Amino acid sequence: MKSVAIIGGGVAGLEAASRLSRHGFAVTIIEKTDKLGGRLNQWHALFPARRPAKQLLEKLNSGINNVNVVYNAIVSKIEKNDDGFAIQMDRNRMITANAVLLTTGFDIFDASRKEEYGYGIYDNVITSVELEKAFKTGKPLKTVQGKVPRRIGFIHCVGSRDEKAGNLHCSKVCCVTAVKQAIEVKEMNPEAEVFLFYMDLRMFGRHYEELYREAQQKYGIQFIRARLSEAFENPDGSLQIRIEDTLLAKPLKMTLDLLVLMVGIQPYKKPDDMINLLGLTRDTDGFLLQEDQYILPFSTGKSGLYCAGGITGPKSIEETLTEARAVAAEISTFLGDSVSYSGSELVVIGL
Amino acid sequence: MISFGYSIQKDRQIDFDANSKRIIDFIRTEEPSVDWCMNCGTCASGCTASLSVDYSLRRMISLARRGEEEEIISHVNRCRFCGKCLNACPCGVNTRNVIYLMQIAVKKIASHEI
Repeated sequence: MKSVAIIGGGVAGLEAASRLSRHGFAVTIIEKTDKLGGRLNQWHALFPARRPAKQLLEKLNSGINNVNVVYNAIVSKIEKNDDGFAIQMDRNRMITANAVLLTTGFDIFDASRKEEYGYGIYDNVITSVELEKAFKTGKPLKTVQGKVPRRIGFIHCVGSRDEKAGNLHCSKVCCVTAVKQAIEVKEMNPEAEVFLFYMDLRMFGRHYEELYREAQQKYGIQFIRARLSEAFENPDGSLQIRIEDTLLAKPLKMTLDLLVLMVGIQPYKKPDDMINLLGLTRDTDGFLLQEDQYILPFSTGKSGLYCAGGITGPKSIEETLTEARAVAAEISTFLGDSVSYSGSELVVIGL
Repeated sequence: MISFGYSIQKDRQIDFDANSKRIIDFIRTEEPSVDWCMNCGTCASGCTASLSVDYSLRRMISLARRGEEEEIISHVNRCRFCGKCLNACPCGVNTRNVIYLMQIAVKKIASHEI
């Protein structure tokens, strides 16, 4: 039986593992934490339909009954041999595999690097990730001072489309996330005034535009085309922001009780990063360079070594899942797929 | 008092906290479709009045949302009610009624009704 090692047990890793094990391969997921699901574990509800993240997590976990998982594992070395790869991990653990799939994902921009927004300095400046965690608790949203926030602002593009922050790229999913979170805030607190400060609203996916329209029409969420330069804290813990209302070409100041920073997606570059470990090449945006963006998007340029998901740039869960299925098909082809699909009438004869 | 020719210039910036939103609130009650405006400017690009005077319905709605009454009062009567904007709006805003209601709101402010 041919084997596949998947490094990273997030959305991409789980879906690829599920597909590959259904194709009859021996699949091992190497996960650095003690839990599968990756960043999905931090999320409360998913755009655009606001489906509970937990639901998808359960679905993904149900697909890996025949998959071997190594938890709390840091890959220290991968050696190529005639047959495939020998993967060494910490605590002297080692596995071999005929193909390796990298689904190690991305990193989140550290909002404290945009010091002028006051994250980590002012009480009531939080990130979109923290807001999502707050939704997950099910408790009503409060300021640090214990007040129900009456005016909430979302700042788009924090650490995205910002050369000084080192990220020129658009993180893509934050626009629709802001709209989703704004609606959730409004549902929790219908009296609140909610503002989104955006440069462009990039509602690229199916039903995203509808969600944006719903935010305006049904929830009265206000969109102001502006990019914040700096925020100040008032003695009562509220925040003073000054922006340019670019559509009126006038500066504008307002007080907010809570400021939410839509932190961007950036390349993962921490010491356990696989791109550096394997000597792979980064593209100009810092994400992994694909062998060919159109024709070979899942190839790293090294035979038998594949990639999918956030390692090659910001993606929605929907896109990540699609990539996971596609890369599973590629790996099957590479390893010589001649097995019957279980649970299906389809039979693929050796390619 | 000696006049030195100096004066204190009014702050140009929009003071969102201080500005009254009575105009937009009035329009919204009568014509909720005003909230559907996404600031594209299609209304203003086809506007017959804008060819000869400084007038943009897109800007008028933005001003109302921010409570910038001064500019609304000076510009609100520039519309000729031809209704081209109504045909153009991709968001389904009842644009002609919006500007009509904006004029009513300005009158109500003058007569202290709102």
